[in-house]
Amino acid sequence: MRRALWVLAVLLSHWRRHKMQFATLLVGLIAATALWSGVQAINQQARTAYDRAAATFGGARTAMLVAPDAATFPQELYVKLRRAGWPVSPTLEGRVQVNGRSLRLLGIEPVTLPVEIGNAPRLGASDLSSFVAPPGQTLVAPETLSDLQEAEGASVPISNGAKLPPLRVLPHLAPGVLVVDIGVAQRLLNKPDQVSRLLIGQPKSKPAALASVVGDQLQRVEPTAETELERLTDSFHLNLTAFGLLSFFVGLFIVNSAVGLAFEQRLPMLRTLRACGASARLVNTVLVVELVALALVAGLIGLVCGYFIAAVLLSDVAASLRGLYGAQIPGQLSLRPEWWFAGIGISIAGALVAATTSLIKAIRMPVLTTAQPRAWQQRQRRWLVLQSLAACAVFAVGLLLLGYGQSLIAGFGLLAALMLGAALILPALLELLLLAGQRAARRPLALWFWADSRQQLSGLSLALMALLLALAVNVGVSTMVETFSRTFLGWLDGRLAADVYINASDNGQGVAIRNWLKERSDVQAVLSGGRADTQVQGQPVELLGLPDHALYRERWPLLEAAPQAWTRLVPGNAAFISEQLSRRLNVRIGDVIEVPAPGGNWELDIVGIYADYGNPKGQLTVNVAALIRQFPQTPQTRIGLIVAKENIPGLIGALQKQFALDDRSVADQATVKAESIRIFNRTFAVTSALNAFTLGVAGIALFTSLLTLANSRLPQLAPLWAIGITRPHLAAIELTKTLSVALFTALLAVPLGLLVAWCLIAIVNVKAFGWRLPFHIFPLQLVELVAVALVASMLAALLPVIRLARMQPANLVKVFANER
Amino acid sequence: MSVDRISRRAFAGGIAALALARQAGAQGYAGLGEKADGFAKVTPGKLFAFPGDHGPHPEFRIEWWYLTANLVDFSGAACGLQWTLFRQAAQPGPQGEGWANQQVWMAHAAVTRADTHRFTEVFSRGGVGQAGVTAKPFDAWIDDWELKGFDSTDDRTLAPLALKASSTDFSYALTLEADRPVVLQGDRGYSRKSERGQASYYYSQPFYRARGTLTIDDKPVDVSGQAWMDREWSSQPLDADQTGWDWLSLHLASGDKLMLYRLRQKDGRDYPFGNWISAAGETQMIAGGDIQMVPKATAEVAGRKLPVEWQIAIPSRSLSILCKPLNPKAWMGTGFSYWEGPLSFAGTHDGVGYLELTGY
Repeated sequence: MRRALWVLAVLLSHWRRHKMQFATLLVGLIAATALWSGVQAINQQARTAYDRAAATFGGARTAMLVAPDAATFPQELYVKLRRAGWPVSPTLEGRVQVNGRSLRLLGIEPVTLPVEIGNAPRLGASDLSSFVAPPGQTLVAPETLSDLQEAEGASVPISNGAKLPPLRVLPHLAPGVLVVDIGVAQRLLNKPDQVSRLLIGQPKSKPAALASVVGDQLQRVEPTAETELERLTDSFHLNLTAFGLLSFFVGLFIVNSAVGLAFEQRLPMLRTLRACGASARLVNTVLVVELVALALVAGLIGLVCGYFIAAVLLSDVAASLRGLYGAQIPGQLSLRPEWWFAGIGISIAGALVAATTSLIKAIRMPVLTTAQPRAWQQRQRRWLVLQSLAACAVFAVGLLLLGYGQSLIAGFGLLAALMLGAALILPALLELLLLAGQRAARRPLALWFWADSRQQLSGLSLALMALLLALAVNVGVSTMVETFSRTFLGWLDGRLAADVYINASDNGQGVAIRNWLKERSDVQAVLSGGRADTQVQGQPVELLGLPDHALYRERWPLLEAAPQAWTRLVPGNAAFISEQLSRRLNVRIGDVIEVPAPGGNWELDIVGIYADYGNPKGQLTVNVAALIRQFPQTPQTRIGLIVAKENIPGLIGALQKQFALDDRSVADQATVKAESIRIFNRTFAVTSALNAFTLGVAGIALFTSLLTLANSRLPQLAPLWAIGITRPHLAAIELTKTLSVALFTALLAVPLGLLVAWCLIAIVNVKAFGWRLPFHIFPLQLVELVAVALVASMLAALLPVIRLARMQPANLVKVFANER
Repeated sequence: MSVDRISRRAFAGGIAALALARQAGAQGYAGLGEKADGFAKVTPGKLFAFPGDHGPHPEFRIEWWYLTANLVDFSGAACGLQWTLFRQAAQPGPQGEGWANQQVWMAHAAVTRADTHRFTEVFSRGGVGQAGVTAKPFDAWIDDWELKGFDSTDDRTLAPLALKASSTDFSYALTLEADRPVVLQGDRGYSRKSERGQASYYYSQPFYRARGTLTIDDKPVDVSGQAWMDREWSSQPLDADQTGWDWLSLHLASGDKLMLYRLRQKDGRDYPFGNWISAAGETQMIAGGDIQMVPKATAEVAGRKLPVEWQIAIPSRSLSILCKPLNPKAWMGTGFSYWEGPLSFAGTHDGVGYLELTGY
């Protein structure tokens, strides 16, 4: 043991003399762990939130009985089923407006609520008595309470004047939901003796067949392990994970080069230790212990950094998920112990993997043989051939995925194949380029320049691969975001046709507002819309009712349309379909779609397809009068106005005053647009932030590789110095070399990045969101990125080059004196 | 001393708490000793009227329909079953409509053979029809469990009735017949519990002959035997210093019926009570000093030591018997847990019966 400690002390002394190297190693491990764990923390947070939502008193995790038309049904069916032995529990769901916010109201029956419902919030004995007995309770998540800006125990009125039972916080409840007793829900939603769903618990006996009890009035819906929300958001999290993984690998490149260098430099030390009698096993064990200890320390620091990264990004992620999918993620980061263990684990595993080659070399090292100077050329050729073959194989897999892949995973697989293949083939391409350069060179120094660059390639290639990937991802993501941004803004302009938007609290207020507006001379047109929810082929679908007005014909954007599309909408037997729904249902123009309506199925000819960016639900647009005929319950509360620009502020002020409307209930076009754009920008804030992080890590990788090389390459440079080439000249040559390979890499990253962008836009986006954007290239952005890459490379190369320029001649002379 | 055997089932006072607490796995006596403020009071001199009093009395806080049966199968092997429906009002006052109704219902069912004991429980809120009792035609139900009368059901005997209950691993269906009227307990049905005014209304039908099918693990067996039903309602059933009770209902081979129990107090003392019902249906209280109840052997069930074997003596009736359980493991691991199972006895008299042990 003492001996092991001494060996460890000797090994550690190396780091005291090479502080920069030590810092590099730690930075690599920290960067790898931090980004990976940060992304994992965000994903975990989101998944926990989905679980909370899904488990909230029988979300998608519970089998249930529903009416075929998704409408409410009489409670009597519940009693019939109970008396036939069915272990069912009723719930009633609806939406209510509280303090100007629309929230989900969920009525539950706690006595029959299946005990086995996942991690549904649990209530203690006395709590449940007060939940059921008047005045009852309204259970809310802590986030909802603070959103409502109410205190616990407050009795808050909803828009129809009725009061909610006193609010009570239940920590694990999903945000955005108000949970009350079913009796209270029936009263608040004005649905006496009505039920939305029956949750099915564990059967106590053998219940009678469903049809024999309720006929075809109810149908069974099996639980899904994966909720709708999880399915929708999968792509988003996959995206984050992909970024995290990329950063992790780039971090490992850094570790790899740092460990490699340390090993090279410690070779004489290891030999001395062995010669002094330390066994090979002891030395190797201590090497591994040292590495694991470093990984542990760096992993912990990395986790702390990861936590902060996650905390910083979380609000943007939450905004993105809410904007894109309506998913509610709490803004407060809470982490499970598994996360810490996984983070430390991945740091250690990563360090070991990155150090494998060096460790194997140490294990195999004969005691008394000196390290052989590398036979660069031979080894390199074989290695390049192998790597290029691997690249071809990976490309082939990518092509297969392109041809046959259907899923989102296949889309990401294609992306991964594309990037991995490009990274693998990069050294071969560089080698070819440098070989061409070498052939063209005439002067000895130039010849040496090219040959030396080739020799450097294997040492630099990992860093260059990292740079290539980071740049390509950057190009791809920036192109996609920019494309989306332009498309979105254009679409928004057309979509927000009216000048003022009003959302009345109920039908009565809607009528009052319309009557009041008729009297006003400053209102050019009143456009009444409506919205209803239904299900088509098991998918939640929103029906949007638009009035027949020239404004829509002129401005409302359609991607594809049958002739006379707007005119055909008016009679009420035709609809436009949103792009994502048309893909999900595989519906085209000319097809007929059947929509379940309260009065029976409603057949609609599809006459147009439109983009509906950012809407998690599928949407059908119909004539509003027809919508109200088919869905008489449709709230007629949405009103659009056409108003001359100068009259807008006055009109809004008058509306607010007359009807006590808040900012959420009446807004002008500019406000709505600004809000949409704000949400949109936040949506991609995370992507941009991760993008920048990745590029940063790639920069560090390049820097450390160069540092490593600079130290190991003294033997190559010393003879040049000895034959009379000045140190500044040598430094200039070094800088030129680095910049030229970096430039080539960056230039290669541009087409690769565009391919990545194409994959994202044409494959990943379509599968993940259901919309396809027109593909644009933004040359200025590309030039900018290449410039950034070059500057980053130059900064990375600068320190080693300066050190070279200032190197004491004595050090260069030592090369000839020392063994190596 | 007229603390009556209402305390035996006074735990029903905690139904509402129990029904609501089961998710938390909580147990407790919550509500047992609560004041009866706002609920109807139990006073002497009530004239029982049937069928009306077979039905619920929602103005009182708690009420139950409690049935136990001692049966044998075709091979002569003994078995027993229990079916109990409890009602509790969470709040006094006028009955709320629909879900606003304050009644909470709970039911227990169990079957016991020498080699197995199965039990289950269900809960329901009143007001929507999921559980309830009607007096005429008599029907007491919760989910698909039911104790139901026929057109021919006699209001005086509360017979014939059909009984059913089922769970994952057992079920039963019995018909119950009786030719003697129900028996009023205590002072013409007024059963005093303490000097402080606790009391209940209480009558029984101990003369049921039962016949039907008992199914355990999907194996149905024809069974027949005797059954005993208790009907009781009150608003404040239990003293705060009572810790539990040991209760027996005995079918003597002579056709006489004997009900015995002792109430245990916090201070370690216990008070025995009894009631002798002749084969003709006449009932007579037995003085506490005339009852000797001595636990003879204990069984360890569910981590508790339970006195499942009893030496009983009533010198005035020349009775001295040893009661042995059919299955010492008849533990009811329900939300409120207790021991309840069939027994047989021998000595000066032979017969079968049911034993209940609570508060252990």
